[in-house]
Amino acid sequence: VRRLLRLIGRLALAALVLVLPRARRPQGHAPAAEPAQAGLPAPPASRHGEALVAAALLGCGAAAAAFVVAYIAGARNEVLGASLSAALALLALALATAGRGLVSQARGVEPRPSTEHPREEADVAELAAEGVAPLDRRRLLVAGGVAGCALGAAALTPLASLGPGADETLRRSPWRRGVALVAEDGRPVRASDLEVGGFLTAFPAGAAKQSLAAPVVVCRVRPGELRLPRGRKGFAPEGLLAFSRICTHAGCAIALFRYPLSPTTTGPGPALVCPCHYSTFDVTRAAKPISGPAVRALPQLPLRIEREGRLVAGGPLTGNVGASWWGVRER
Amino acid sequence: VTSIRQACLALALALPIGCAVTVAEAVGAGARASQIDAGRQVYVTGCASCHGLDARGRPGYGPSLAGVGAQAADFYLSTGRMPLDAPDSPPVRKPPAYDARRIADLVAYIGSLGGPGIPSVRGAARANVGLGAFTDQCAGCHGVLARGGVVTGAVAPSLLSATPRQIVEAIRVGPYLMPRYTKRQIDDSTARDIAAYVESVKRPDDRGGWGIGHLGPVPEGMVAWLVGAAALLVIARLLGERTQP
Repeated sequence: VRRLLRLIGRLALAALVLVLPRARRPQGHAPAAEPAQAGLPAPPASRHGEALVAAALLGCGAAAAAFVVAYIAGARNEVLGASLSAALALLALALATAGRGLVSQARGVEPRPSTEHPREEADVAELAAEGVAPLDRRRLLVAGGVAGCALGAAALTPLASLGPGADETLRRSPWRRGVALVAEDGRPVRASDLEVGGFLTAFPAGAAKQSLAAPVVVCRVRPGELRLPRGRKGFAPEGLLAFSRICTHAGCAIALFRYPLSPTTTGPGPALVCPCHYSTFDVTRAAKPISGPAVRALPQLPLRIEREGRLVAGGPLTGNVGASWWGVRER
Repeated sequence: VTSIRQACLALALALPIGCAVTVAEAVGAGARASQIDAGRQVYVTGCASCHGLDARGRPGYGPSLAGVGAQAADFYLSTGRMPLDAPDSPPVRKPPAYDARRIADLVAYIGSLGGPGIPSVRGAARANVGLGAFTDQCAGCHGVLARGGVVTGAVAPSLLSATPRQIVEAIRVGPYLMPRYTKRQIDDSTARDIAAYVESVKRPDDRGGWGIGHLGPVPEGMVAWLVGAAALLVIARLLGERTQP
């Protein structure tokens, strides 16, 4: 990645070196009288405007570099968005200022038919070429190079999140044996919070709630209804079940729980349902998908009830959280 | 002297009130007993075929009603969900099968079998707090404007004809497929707030003049895109038509 960044930086620099000298060419002969004679206004040769452009380009470079630093440091999305948009806004300011103040605004109207007046055409082209401000563009060259390199780096940094190194991030989970379940406001979740047929969302105590593997949905069924696989007998004390809240189809948050009050009810039994595409997971059979597009069961979190009825994880999640990605073989 | 006179006055005033309260209690108890009897008679003719003569349920027909309380009875009867046409048909909102007096009798009878009473919906309610709780807990199925939705194998009903009392009851009962919520998840005051929010969305204040079906952000976004795209087209056209100086 670093080599690639360097290459892009060099390319940007080379492009600037190629483009800017052309603008400098008419520096040698720029008498102000000539354009005025033809009725075209001389461009405002403003040092002030040039300084503004240079400052904006340098600011753009600084903001783009800040994006790179923030991305590597793992900053919040808001910081990433703010730095990148600041860089682009400053670039826009630089280009707009350059276009308005440093480049001739004279407009040559070409009379029809154009091919019959080659001399006038040449005059207009000459005037337009002479209209460029005779300014020292070295500063702008440096500032443009800085901005270009930094923006290129900012555009390429997210590549670091792709590739083989990313799998580990997707598999990381804050759930370990003994991690307590807390509600969104940090209160401990107790077994008495749920009646049979109730459900709630819980998070791991002392871990970031934003992590994909953090939210679990806890629901309660009658212990007699459970049909858990053999290895998971101790996972659901008092009929309390916990599963990852992220649907294994497309990663939506599971928000629906259907709990039929009476066995005469038609349709499936107690099930978690994802509101995006109605993937339905039978909670009594360890969240096996029974309807909808999902094919993997929701990872289950083994539960234990500690003193005062507090719910605690009895171990890690049973599988990989979230939508399926390359290399996920389990079904 | 003044304090003695005041005490006498207070006693003279309090005595008849006290007597009246005792009499009212006795009359109330008697009335309740007769109401329970009347309710039991309606129960035997209308409900016992599925829930059993002793209200302990019949396997394959209907669940036991012991312990469900007046709250569940009031909800199912006042929304017309019970009695069902057939034991396996889904309970949906209908005009109530019984008049208000008979419902009161039945509710008194089911309530006498134990369980939570009818919740109070009196007290201050904040629709803005209700919006937050409703979005968190209810909107997944019922939609953010309580217009209803679907879950696998059932329909989550629209709440537009539900009264605040029925909403608070449903939160605690969890009718049909709905999950039920304990007081630690949704406390009584938040349940009232949710009911107040649902009341407020029955007649939404359409500031823009057009509610777009009150379906929430998806149609609103579509309209915004269409209007925005049309505006962009007009601007592009105007730019293209700008005359040369």
